[in-house]
Amino acid sequence: MSPYYRPMARTWWLSTRAYSLFMLRDLTCVFIAAYLVFFLLMLRNVAVGREAYEAYLRFLATPGMIAFHVLALAAALFHTITWFNFTPMVMGLRFGEKRVPPRIIVGVTYAAWIAASIAMTVIVLRWWR
Amino acid sequence: MPAPTMTLEIFRYRGDQDPAPSFQTYDVPYRTDWVVLDAINYIKDQIDGTLSYRWSCRMGVCGSCGMMINGIPKLSCATFLRDYYPAPVRVEPLAHFPVERDLVIVLDDFMEKLTSINPWIVREEERPLSEGEYRQSPADLDRYKQFSMCINCMLCYAACPVYGMDNRFLGPAVTALAQRYNLDSRDQGREQRQEVLAGHEGIWECTLVGECTTVCPTHVDPAGAIQQAKVSSALDWFKSVLVPWGKR
Repeated sequence: MSPYYRPMARTWWLSTRAYSLFMLRDLTCVFIAAYLVFFLLMLRNVAVGREAYEAYLRFLATPGMIAFHVLALAAALFHTITWFNFTPMVMGLRFGEKRVPPRIIVGVTYAAWIAASIAMTVIVLRWWR
Repeated sequence: MPAPTMTLEIFRYRGDQDPAPSFQTYDVPYRTDWVVLDAINYIKDQIDGTLSYRWSCRMGVCGSCGMMINGIPKLSCATFLRDYYPAPVRVEPLAHFPVERDLVIVLDDFMEKLTSINPWIVREEERPLSEGEYRQSPADLDRYKQFSMCINCMLCYAACPVYGMDNRFLGPAVTALAQRYNLDSRDQGREQRQEVLAGHEGIWECTLVGECTTVCPTHVDPAGAIQQAKVSSALDWFKSVLVPWGKR
C-alpha cells in the first residue's frame, strides 16, 4: 500500500492569518527595493546636474510617486516593527545567569530606532540646507 | 431533549481499497470534558473500528496524537471539543507528511533527520566511569532546558510552509534539538552537527514564518533555536575570516 502525498495548495498563504501576515512581510521587500531604485535614479540625476535633478524632483512630486512613497513607507514600517518584535527570539540574550526579558530587548531596538531617526532629522534639517 | 452531539469530519485514506482519500462524517456525543482524541476513541470503539490513528499517553507528553484540527496542527489529546462546539470539527493527518492510512502519517523522514544531528551528548574523549559524572550547574541547565522539552510531536513540521514546499529542509524540531545539545555544557559535538545544521538544507532555508513556535505544545520555540543557530553560524564565518589561522 503506497502512502498518499498531499500537494500543498498554491493558496496556502491564504489559509491562516499568520501565513498571510508572513507573506505580507515578505512582500514589503518589493516596495523597499523599488524605493531604492528611485533613490539611485535620484543620485544619478544629482550627478548629471542641477536641471536633471530639478526635473527629477518634479517627477517625484507627481501624485503617483507620492502615493508610491506613502505605500513604501508603510511597507518599511510594517517590516521594521515585525522584525523588531522578533529580536528577543533571535538574540536570546543573557545578563549573568538570567535571561534578559524580551520586552527590554524589543524596547532597546525601538529606542535605537527613535534615536537614529532623531539624529537623521537633525542632520537633514540643520546641515543639509 | 436528546443528548447533544457533535460532528467530526475525518480524513480517510485506505490505499488498498481506494487510491483517493475522502472525508467521513461521524456524530459523537458532545461532552464538555472531552478532547478530540476522546471523540476519535469513541468512534473507534463504538462506530467504526476501521479508523486508524496514533495515540498513547492522553496527556500531552508522548507526542503521538498530533493531527490537523480545522487546519491547525494540534495535539488531539489537548484540544477540547467545547472550543469548537456546535460547529463540526475537521480532523486530518499532520500536513506536509505522506499519509500511511487515515490519520497515520509516515514519519521516516523526521526520524532520519533526527539521527542526522547526533541528538546525544558527544564527547571528544569519553571519561572513564571512575571519574564520575559530567557535572552541570543549574545555570548551565537553564541555557538549553527549553529546547530539551521537545516531545517530537512534529506539529512544527506540519506548521512550516518551508518544509511543506521542500521536505529536504532540516526543519524546526531537529534544529531545536541540535541546539539543545550544542548549548549543553557537557557536549563537544557542535562541529559534527554544524555540517548538517548550516548545510544546504539546514537553518538558512528558514524564512522565519514563526508558526513552528506558535503551534509548539511544549513552548520549545524552534523558530528561536533556528535564528540563534543562524547567529552563531554567522559568527563562525566572521571568525574564520578575521582569524583564519585560529580554530573555528
